[in-house]
Amino acid sequence: MTFALELSYWQSTILRIVGVLVAVLIPAGTLVYVFLFKMMSHMQSRLGPMEAGPHGSLQLMAEVGKFLQKEDIVPTKADRTLFTLAPYLVVGTVLLVYLAVPFGPDAYFADLDTGVFYLLAVSSVSVIGVLVAGWASANKYSLMGGLRAAGQLIAYELPMVLAVVGVVIQAGSLNLQHIVSVQAHGEIFGWGGIGNPFILTQIVGFGIFLLATQAELTQTPFDMPIAESELVAGYMTEYSGMRFLLFFIGEFASAGAFAAVAATLFLGGWWLPGFGFDNNAMNIVGPLVMVGKMMFVAFLIFWFRFTYPRFREDQLQTLAWKYLIPLSLVNIMATAVLKVVF
Amino acid sequence: MTAISERQQRGYIGAIAAEARVNVELETEGMTLNIGPQHPATHGTLRIIAKLDGEQVVSAEPVMGYMHRGYEKLVEVRTFPQVTTLINRIDWLGNFANEVPFILAAEQLMEIEAPARAQYIRTIFFELSRQANLMLFLGDMGVQLGAITAVFYAFRDREHVLNLMESVTGGRFHPNFDRIGGLKDDLPKGWVEECKGAMVKVRRFCDEIEELLMGNEIFETRTRGIGVIPAEVALGYGLSGANLRASGVDWDLRRDNDYPLAWKDADFKVWTHPDGDSFARYWVRLQEVRESTKIVDQLIENIPAGPIMAKVPRIIKVPAGEAWVSTENPLGEMGYYVVSKGDLGPFRVKIRTASFNNISIVPWVMRGVYVPDVITILASLYFILGDIDR
Repeated sequence: MTFALELSYWQSTILRIVGVLVAVLIPAGTLVYVFLFKMMSHMQSRLGPMEAGPHGSLQLMAEVGKFLQKEDIVPTKADRTLFTLAPYLVVGTVLLVYLAVPFGPDAYFADLDTGVFYLLAVSSVSVIGVLVAGWASANKYSLMGGLRAAGQLIAYELPMVLAVVGVVIQAGSLNLQHIVSVQAHGEIFGWGGIGNPFILTQIVGFGIFLLATQAELTQTPFDMPIAESELVAGYMTEYSGMRFLLFFIGEFASAGAFAAVAATLFLGGWWLPGFGFDNNAMNIVGPLVMVGKMMFVAFLIFWFRFTYPRFREDQLQTLAWKYLIPLSLVNIMATAVLKVVF
Repeated sequence: MTAISERQQRGYIGAIAAEARVNVELETEGMTLNIGPQHPATHGTLRIIAKLDGEQVVSAEPVMGYMHRGYEKLVEVRTFPQVTTLINRIDWLGNFANEVPFILAAEQLMEIEAPARAQYIRTIFFELSRQANLMLFLGDMGVQLGAITAVFYAFRDREHVLNLMESVTGGRFHPNFDRIGGLKDDLPKGWVEECKGAMVKVRRFCDEIEELLMGNEIFETRTRGIGVIPAEVALGYGLSGANLRASGVDWDLRRDNDYPLAWKDADFKVWTHPDGDSFARYWVRLQEVRESTKIVDQLIENIPAGPIMAKVPRIIKVPAGEAWVSTENPLGEMGYYVVSKGDLGPFRVKIRTASFNNISIVPWVMRGVYVPDVITILASLYFILGDIDR
C-alpha cells in the first residue's frame, strides 16, 4: 500500500517555508554562530563564550533569551512602519537564498532552472532592508550607514555577478543542481577522482566572489556601513531587543547563505568524491558535506574579518571599479575563449 | 586676437547659467554631526561638533570638560603625601608617570633628593608605565581602523608589564608608590629577572604588531598622508610628546632636561619622523616602546645598592615657595606648578597635561577630511580623557 499524500500548492509551499526556517535557524544559525564565535575568540587569543552549555555551545540560545527580554524601543521621530519592517526584510531575503541551494540529489527546496540568477537577484534585496533601516531610524549615524551600504552594494554586486558568469559559462547552465553535477562528473586531465570543482579552473572568479561577498555582507575590511568606531553601529544604531537580534541573526545567517552559494558554485556543492551522484545516501550525507564546505568558506570570510582594518569609502569604490570589475571581465573572456578551444 | 561672436558669447553665458542652476539644485544642506560625548571612538566623554558636507568635514570643534573632576582644587585640601592618590588618576594608563613630576616638585621645594637607588627604580617604573600606556595605543589604533584583533593582543601582552608593577606596588592601575624622598618599598626578590623576561615579551609584541598591523597595506592607505601636522603648526599649538616628534621636531624632555632621575645614565635614541601624518605618529610610538624597553634593560643591570628613602621628617611640611617640574610622560609633556605657603598641603597646583594641548589642534587638522579620517586622526593624536579634563 502506498501512502500518497496529495498536497495542494500552498500547503507544500508552507511546508517548504517551514523547512527553510528550520534549516536556517538550526544549522546555519547555531552552528555557524557557535563555530565562528569560538573561532574568532581563539584567533584573538581569548576563550569566548564558555558559560552557556558545554564550552559555550548554547550561547545563541542564551542571547535569544536575553534579547527577548529587552525593551523594544522605537525612536519618536522614526518612521514606525518602515522601522519595524526593515529587520524582517533583511532576514527574509536570507531565507530566500537558502531556498534555491541544493543539499542533495533530492534534498532541495526548489530546483529552479535559473537558480544562479535567482540567487544573485534575491541576495541583493537585503540591502533594501538596510537602507530602509538607515532611513527610518531618524538618526544621522544610521542614515550615513544606510547610504554607505547602498553605495557599497551597487559597487560590489557587479564583480560578484561577473565572477559567477565564469562558472555559468563553464557549466553551461544556470541550474544549481546541474552545476553541481557538472563539477561531480568533471575530469582533471582525464582523472575524475574528485570531479572538477570549479575552484580549480575559476580560482580568479572564486577570489573575486569571496571579496565581493565580504563587501555584500559588510564584513571588515568592507564594514563601513556598521563601522563601530565611526558610526556607532551604523544602520543598527537605533535598534534594540528582538529587532536587533533579527539583524544580528541575519548577519551570521547571510554569511552562511553566501558561503553555501560559494560552496555550490566553486567547491562542488553537496557531492562527495567516492559516492555515486544519484546515490540515495547522498540525501543524508549531502547536507553534511554541504555544511562542512559552508563552514570552510565562512571560516575564510571571518578570517579576513578579524585580520584586516577597514577601507575608507572612496578606497572601497576604487578597488571595485578599477580592479575587480576589469579583472572579472578578463576572467569571463578567458573562460569563454578556453571553453570554445577545449 | 579673435573676436568672440555674439552667438558664441550667448552660448558661453548660457553654459555658465546652466552650471549655476545645477549647482544650486545639487547643493546640499550642511549637517551637524555630534561625535560624542557618548561615542565609541572618543573612549570617554569627548565631544566633537563636526559640521559636515556629505561625508566631508567643514569644521570640527572639540568640546572638553565632560569629565572634569576638579583635581587642581581637590589637591588644595589634601596634604602632600595624599596628593599622589588623586593624580594617579589623571592619565589612568600612564599611572606611575603622573606621580613623578609632582613628587620631584615637592622635593625641589624641600631641597631634598631621593637616594640613587630610588631614582633608578622611579625611572624604571616611569618607563614601565610608558610601555603599558603606549602598548594599548598600538592595539587601540587598530580598533579605530576596524582591525579589532590587535587590541586583544595588546591587552594580553600589556598584562606582563602590569604584573610587574603589581608585584612591586600592589596596584595594577594606581600604584601610588612614589613618596617624597624616595619610594614606599624596595623591589622584591627575583623581580629583576622577571622584568628582563617581560621586556623581551614586550619587544616581541612590538614585532608582532608591526607585522600584523603596521605592515598591513590597508593600514598604510588609511593613515599615510592623513592628518598631516607640519612642525611649525605643531609647535604653535603646543603639541608635545610623540605627536611633536612625529612632525619632525627633535624634542624629548628625558634627554633635554636635567633631572635627578636616571635617564642620564641610559643610552637611548629619540625617534622622530619627518612626515607628521597619522602613520608617523603610530610609528614613533612603536619605536618609543622599543626604546623604553631598552632603557629598562640598561637601568636594571646597574641599580645601585643603598637605601630607598632619604631622611624626611615624619610630618611633611613643605617650605614656602614655587616650583615647576615637567616630565616626558607617555602622552607628552606633563608638568606641575606647585605653590606652597609652608603648610601641610599645597596652596595651589596647576597641572599641565599633554592631551589637553594635543587635542586643541583638532579644529586645524580636521578641516576638509572625511568622517572616517576624523577617527583615524583622533586615534593617532592619542588622548586619554582623564588627561584632557583632569
